[in-house]
Amino acid sequence: MAEIKESFFSAEGIDKRLNGKKFWKVMMTEYWIPKDINFLWAMGVVLATTFAILIISGIFLLMYYKPDTALAFDSVNYTIMQDVAYGWLFRHMHGVAASVVFLIIYIHMFTGIYYGSYKKGREMIWLSGMLLFVTFSAEGFSGYMLPWGQMSYWAAAVITNLFAGGSLEAYGLVEWIRGGFAVGDATLTRFFMLHVFLLPLVIIKLIVVHFYTLRIPHVNNQNSEDIDYDAEAEKYLAGNKKEAKVIPFWPVFLSKDFAVLGLFLIFYFYLVFFNYNFAMDPVNFDPANAMVTPAHIYPEWYFLWSYETLRGPFFDMFGMKAGDIGLMIFGLAQGIFLVFPFLDRDPDVLPAHKRPKFFIWFWILIIDLLVLSVYGKLPPTGANAWVGFYATAVFLLLWATLPFITKSDAKARGAL
Amino acid sequence: MSQTNRRDFLGMSFAAVAAVGGAASLVGMKQAWDPLPSVLAAGFTTIDLSNIDLLPGIPKTFTWRGKPIFILELSQAMLDDATKAGLPKDYHLTIGDKSYTVVVGLCTHLGCIPAWKKDMWKCACHGGEFNSSGKQTFGPPPKPFVVPPFKVEGTVLTLGEDGPESKAMIAARA
Amino acid sequence: MREIKIFIVVAFFTGALYFGVEPYAHTQLHPHVEAPDYTFSDVDGLKGKTGNVAAGADLVASNCTACHSIESAGFPALMDDASNAAAYGVVPPDLASAGKLYDANYIAAFVRDPASAALTSHKFQDGATHPMPSYNWMQDQEIADIVAYLQSIAPKEMSNKEVFVEACQRCHSIKYGDFYGGSMAAKTPDENIKSYMGKIPPDLSQFIRSRGEHYLHEFINNPQKHLEGTAMPRVGLTLESEKQVVEYLTEVGDSKKAQRESLGGPFLGYLVIFAIFAWLWKIKIWRQVH
Repeated sequence: MAEIKESFFSAEGIDKRLNGKKFWKVMMTEYWIPKDINFLWAMGVVLATTFAILIISGIFLLMYYKPDTALAFDSVNYTIMQDVAYGWLFRHMHGVAASVVFLIIYIHMFTGIYYGSYKKGREMIWLSGMLLFVTFSAEGFSGYMLPWGQMSYWAAAVITNLFAGGSLEAYGLVEWIRGGFAVGDATLTRFFMLHVFLLPLVIIKLIVVHFYTLRIPHVNNQNSEDIDYDAEAEKYLAGNKKEAKVIPFWPVFLSKDFAVLGLFLIFYFYLVFFNYNFAMDPVNFDPANAMVTPAHIYPEWYFLWSYETLRGPFFDMFGMKAGDIGLMIFGLAQGIFLVFPFLDRDPDVLPAHKRPKFFIWFWILIIDLLVLSVYGKLPPTGANAWVGFYATAVFLLLWATLPFITKSDAKARGAL
Repeated sequence: MSQTNRRDFLGMSFAAVAAVGGAASLVGMKQAWDPLPSVLAAGFTTIDLSNIDLLPGIPKTFTWRGKPIFILELSQAMLDDATKAGLPKDYHLTIGDKSYTVVVGLCTHLGCIPAWKKDMWKCACHGGEFNSSGKQTFGPPPKPFVVPPFKVEGTVLTLGEDGPESKAMIAARA
Repeated sequence: MREIKIFIVVAFFTGALYFGVEPYAHTQLHPHVEAPDYTFSDVDGLKGKTGNVAAGADLVASNCTACHSIESAGFPALMDDASNAAAYGVVPPDLASAGKLYDANYIAAFVRDPASAALTSHKFQDGATHPMPSYNWMQDQEIADIVAYLQSIAPKEMSNKEVFVEACQRCHSIKYGDFYGGSMAAKTPDENIKSYMGKIPPDLSQFIRSRGEHYLHEFINNPQKHLEGTAMPRVGLTLESEKQVVEYLTEVGDSKKAQRESLGGPFLGYLVIFAIFAWLWKIKIWRQVH
């Protein structure tokens, strides 16, 4: 046995028992991050903070929320919003954070795509990150059901209906998911279980994996330079901080994170207090009514781009029904980003502005997703239907051409 | 040598036993997720067509399994339209000299509930239209209204289980 | 410099997304309607006549009190709410506050022809009649007299809740107004209002949040504008009374509004200080490494 002679009740003794000093070095003061970074590198900590806000505000909501179709709406809109001290603040914080977290996730994701932080050893980080996106989506979807408003009910009805698989007509599966013939009390309680327990557990585990897989290849940098971490770390520890290409996680990297976080919190809380309708849709302040369909049903903004690919094909083609084609593209849209590292055939890690064709590809993707999002909100009638159709077609073309344009860039550079 | 074989065999058998236990647990868990027997049992609704103040040409809405059910006694004009449109006789439910449309009132596009507008159902979500026989006539809906499973005894409909009439109506829409 | 450029790009796309999905989509999903008209210029109720209060008192006593109570003028309700609802379809309003709540021009037009003024003529076809008969056989002067009398007996001040109770609660419940006591249920029982209106009018507890002040003013002033064919009558509220209704809906549906608005400023002020300290510390730390 490795006996520790120092007393439990001494600083030395506690540190030896917990290995605190070593832990602090490994996780913080000697965890090396490149110096050549910009504020986009702070999105990870912003996400962690937003997740923490969701958990803490969620804990307080959990004290008063009642997961029962007869009680849910009033437990939120009367008890929490108007009775509980600062209940309204926790609810606003939770709803706005649930929406803003997706803005930060998208910025974080597209930063990774832009700088090539998904390949040459970083594929696991990318995969765990995309799985986090999928899990957060499920978490958002299940959470939205809980206030049991009109949008809660009808979004649940429309999305669970998709599992019938269009022409497959797998209604048995839909009923199994719902726990009944229609969305009802059984559906609400099981989605409550998912939202409050199972999915947060999965998210936390995925975050651990995400952080773990990040350490090995190290964080990327603005020029995607392959840094010799051992050499640069030595320089830094020897006192040559200005010339070292790395910085320690604590205090240097985190100090920039906190500064960005400070600005983020101003933006976030401004929304919480003064501009929250984008996250807390007014339609959801009507109690759920299975017999009345709202004039417009739409998902939250972060789902709009993939929702529009579902509606994009609005006429039968290639011998398949429009609904089935849409369902297939929708399914593809959920998973296609996962295989990004394997569709990119360029062997070099470079920022997009050093990959001419990929640079154009990237910005077309951003604009296409923007168009899909806006048109996903609008009624799909008249000209809107055609914009959605072509935007969905562009989306498919982008993924089909990715291997070719990345190969072309690499050849032009002489790397292939 | 023989010892290693015995150990391998024992290890593999142990793994198999554990796997069987795991699979059985998953089956049990799947069943815990199933709709409750009380929910399934509540899935039967009876409607007596002679007792619900039905006026020809004006539909009424009932609830079955949480879904709206449109029941419409077709007026002569509506029946003439149906014949003109070439719809087979089995498209409607016929009891005595009356013909009825009996359908689940959910738009076959994305599940919104269409509203009755004088002589047809119009869906506010994306503009789909269904005629008085429940057939889609305009817009994105790909199919006519779904016919629910039902049995007929005299004028009493029991929704929840297929009968010859509902089966014929479903076949007429294929 | 480069970081500022990157920030501008991110802000631009975020702003474009927000604009498209929120303000722009809103204009497409909720087309513009005409501004509310509190003069009710589509009807000419008073026809230029000035009413005589004493004459009006006699007319009201002999024509109106058979169905309408005026508790404050010695005309109590003849039946309880449930019986009234069963008889008329809906509980008839007490007329004590009518002169304050509703526009004079509107009241005159309503008395002359209720369904017309309330814009609900589409409900009364094929033999169906409004529970209140038309008084178009009266002289224009008599109708003006009735309006003058109602204005004379009306209270000078009413609380927001009183306005709601008199103008809305016969048909609409507002559960959150008395969540545990239940006193803010609709005065007309559900079965009666359902057969009279076609469906149970919605509970208004969260309407300030689901509809918002702007929509509510447009809607109450003329329900047909936003919901063509609706069974809800135009009730003829003056702008002042309508504002009181909206304020009551806010008191009940968004009671923490004042706290939210007053806390927001200082909270953000604190965060600005936090951000300043965070940036100063970042600059200090990074000075060593640049």
